[in-house]
Order: sequence, then C-alpha cells, then structure tokens
Amino acid sequence: MKLINKRRRFLRDTLALTGAVTLGACDKLSQTDWAPKVLGSATAVSHAAQSALSRNAMAREYTEADISPRFRPNGSTDPQSKEYRALAANGFVDYRFAVGGLVKHPLLLSLEQLRALPNRTQITRHDCVEGWSVIGKWTGVQLSHVLAMAQPTRAARYVVFRCFDAMDDGKEYYESLGFSDADHPQTLLAWALNGKTLPIPNGAPLRLRVPRQLGYKMAKYLRRIDLVASMKDIAGGHGGYWEDQGYQWYAGI
Amino acid sequence: MASIPEDAISPPSAPAPAEELPRSVRRVIYRHTLPLRIMHWINAICLLILLGSGLQIFNAHPALYWGQASHFDRPWLSLGAMRTSDGQLRGVTQLGSHRFDTTGWFGVSKTNGRTAVRGFPAWATIPGPRWLAMGRAWHFFFAWIFVINGVCFFAYALWTRHLTRDLVPTRRDWRGIGRSIVDHALLRHPHGEAAARYNVLQRIAYLVVIFGFGGGVVLMGLAMSPRIDSVLSWLVDAVGGRQSARSIHFLFAMGFIAFFLIHIFEVIVTGVGNNLRSIITGRYAIETEARDEADQ
Repeated sequence: MKLINKRRRFLRDTLALTGAVTLGACDKLSQTDWAPKVLGSATAVSHAAQSALSRNAMAREYTEADISPRFRPNGSTDPQSKEYRALAANGFVDYRFAVGGLVKHPLLLSLEQLRALPNRTQITRHDCVEGWSVIGKWTGVQLSHVLAMAQPTRAARYVVFRCFDAMDDGKEYYESLGFSDADHPQTLLAWALNGKTLPIPNGAPLRLRVPRQLGYKMAKYLRRIDLVASMKDIAGGHGGYWEDQGYQWYAGI
Repeated sequence: MASIPEDAISPPSAPAPAEELPRSVRRVIYRHTLPLRIMHWINAICLLILLGSGLQIFNAHPALYWGQASHFDRPWLSLGAMRTSDGQLRGVTQLGSHRFDTTGWFGVSKTNGRTAVRGFPAWATIPGPRWLAMGRAWHFFFAWIFVINGVCFFAYALWTRHLTRDLVPTRRDWRGIGRSIVDHALLRHPHGEAAARYNVLQRIAYLVVIFGFGGGVVLMGLAMSPRIDSVLSWLVDAVGGRQSARSIHFLFAMGFIAFFLIHIFEVIVTGVGNNLRSIITGRYAIETEARDEADQ
C-alpha cells in the first residue's frame, strides 16, 4: 500500500512537473528570437497548402436573412487625426483616394468617382482573429478593377494599404496583399455596408474587404494604396500593423 | 493472443525454481512497437501544447455560439467578469441560462499575483500571459505535427494491422461489452493472459478518441479557416456554421481532457510502473496464475 501511494505521488508529481515544465518552456521559448521564427514557418506551409486546395474559390455568400443585426467594429472606431476629422466633418466630399507606387497611371479618385465604377455587392462573413464572426452586405469596386486602371509595373509584387487611423502606440494602420488575393473577385474597396453609406466605426469612407482572410487584413479608413516590390522598408517590415506585432501576414486561418 | 506478434513475446523473465510450485508466473511481452511508442509521445506533446495554445486563442474572445455568426447577446458558454458593488472583480461563467461564480478559475484569476480578467487562467495557457499572436504561432505549428503524426499512425496501424487486430473489437468483444462495463465500473481489470490484449471498452475508447475526436477536432479547426471555407462550406453548413464549428472544436478539446483523465486513471489502477514501462520500452509484464498454466 505504501508502495502504491509512493508510486501515485511519483506519477502525480511527474505529470504536474511535465505540465509545468512544458508550459514554462513554451513561455521561455516564446521570448527567444529563434523559436517564434520556427513556429512561424508553419504559416508558410499553411499558406501553400490552403492556396493549392482553394485556389480562386469564392467565399461563401449569404442571404439577406443571415445579416447580423450589428456589424461589430473592432480596432480603431473613430480616427482622431486632424486630416480625417476635417474630411469626416464635410461628409468626405474632399476625400481623394490615391493609387501610387509602381504603377503606370497613378490615380486620384473622389468617392463619387469610386461609386461610379462598376460595383459588386456581396453578403459575406467577417471572421475576427479573436474568434467571433459577423455577416454583412458590402458594396464597392473590385480592387482588380482599380489596379487594372492604374496598371502596376512588372516590378510590383504587393499592394500596400495606407490608412488614416493611428493605433494606441501612435503608429498608422497599414496592410498589404499579394496579387493572388488582390485580384480575387471578392476583394473589394467597399464604400457601403448593408445598403447604407459606410459608417465611421466600420471604416468610412472606404475600406478593404478580403473575405477569405481574417478581419485584421481588411484595412479601414483607406487613405491610399501603393504598389511595391518589397515591404522591407515599410514600418516594421512585415507587411501590416498587426504583422509587425507578430501576427501572420497570411491570415487565411 | 491475437494482439501480440509471436516473435515479439519474450521468454518468462524469472523462471521459477523447479522444486517450489510458484503462485504465479510473470511473463514479459513486447506490447508497443517502437514506432507506436514514438507516435504516442509526439501525440501527447502535441495535445498538451495544442490545448494550452488553444485556450490562449479562446481567451481572445471567451465566448462560444451556435450558428454562422456570433449572436453576442446569447453565447451558450462565456467566461466573463463583473464588478461587485464593493468594487471587487468576480469571474462569471455562463453556461446556457445558468451563471456561476468561478473567480480564481474562469473569468477572473491571478496572473503573477495580480487579479486579471481572462477566460482561462494563466497556468493553463500557452504562453501564460495574454498573447494571441504567439498562441496562434504555437497552435498552428503543432497542429501540423499533430496531423502529420496522425496520418503516420493511421498508415502504420493499417499496414501492420494494429488497427484491425488490436483496436477494432471482435465479435466476441461486442458480446462481452455488458460485462466489461460492469468490470470497469467496479474497477475489476483483466488479469493474466486477458490483460495482454486491449479489452472492448479500451478498443472503443481508442477508436472514438483517435478517429472521432482527432479527426473531428482537425476538421472543425479547418472549418474555422475563412480560406478553407471557400472549398469546405458544405462542412461548415453541415455543423450549423462557423461559430458552431468553433464550439465543436472546443468540445472536442474538452473531450480530449476527459479522455486524458480517464486514461491516466486507468494507467494508475492497472499498474503505473508496468504501464509506463510498456509505453517507454515496449515491455509489459503479465502475471499468470500457476494453476492455469498447469491445467493447460
């Protein structure tokens, strides 16, 4: 009996120790330079596997009945920069959306001009990296259409989205996409939500929709887009505000 | 003794002296092959890290829903916090329409001595502090290892007939299921030669956990991926939507915890040393009554 108790205690201690050591080791490793890089390498595998599996497949589109009563905003919900406040105060009539960088024809488009372009309406699900989902009806111009107007040069590899909103640390929000996502038919520069002018908490006057990726990819308060060959020299160099904080650039999972 | 390859059986480890009739004979068999032992431990590490990092991800929005989207006003489970009239933080777990005070465990717990609002406590998550990006990095890395290990196990189990011989219950197993349930409930465990093979409840449990929980948790994980949903929307719809998939993913994880607890319990009551040795070295001792031997 004594022996059994001893064994039980040994087993219990072993288990508790294994658990504590594993969790403690995971915390220590998370703080190193190399371990997050090793762990992050799985994203490249996921990206390759998911791209091969789904290619250009369309995100599920829902019906009017599925639309969430409120499209929950997240991140910035009311940008405070002077420039943005002035534009908002005037109903964004002075807003000019710029397309620049490695393009043959730089563009400067007013909201009116954007709305006059061929548009697409889609009822799609928005999945936040935190885990929740909401469904909304989006209307806007396909990004591929705007890119075709601007004609990216051969050197261009990424589309970088610059925003009006600064995050808590004072850094401006930005995001980026490769061409496979930028040219997807459901990738929109959206100016309407649920049939109404895009509200400020949801990214007025213009925001990105990429329904096959997570919410943080879908930059709000778009100021301009730039076509670039590399993202190394932009902000933290990882292709987005959250990516610079350690989130994956590929947010399809 | 269908479960043991003939050539794997070791001779009795301690031959009894001839002049004295031994009460029992101890025979050591080779129970788990090396690849199975390695895959078992890779799986154990994966599950531990997937669970810890999964709870970290859960903590980013500690509420679960049924359906395609989140109905924020009616989660079926939420680990929240509230402030009492005297300014104290209390953890509140809501399950359906029931609310429980779970301060210290769920909703509100101590992190490095400081009271914090968080779904699951810091000791259960990877990493300990709130760090969603890092939790996701751990989760997706070990998810790949878990899947690759699982595929290797399946291929190996088919190839060596471990699956059909040791795991799928025989017709005789099915007939004895009632008795096996009673035996398990009374903590009466097979002895002697009967202990050399998996019993029927054990077989069912392993199959359900490996293929039901294992396959299910991976599929429900994939069903949460917005990219994969473009080709798997039928699966998402089949379970009721992406938020349902997230809930079921969580429930499978809880199922793994339940299995783990039962697994450890059974390991203890059927002989810690013997079981541990068999899953580390492969060698498992069975005690056979000497009288039985003499009868044969």
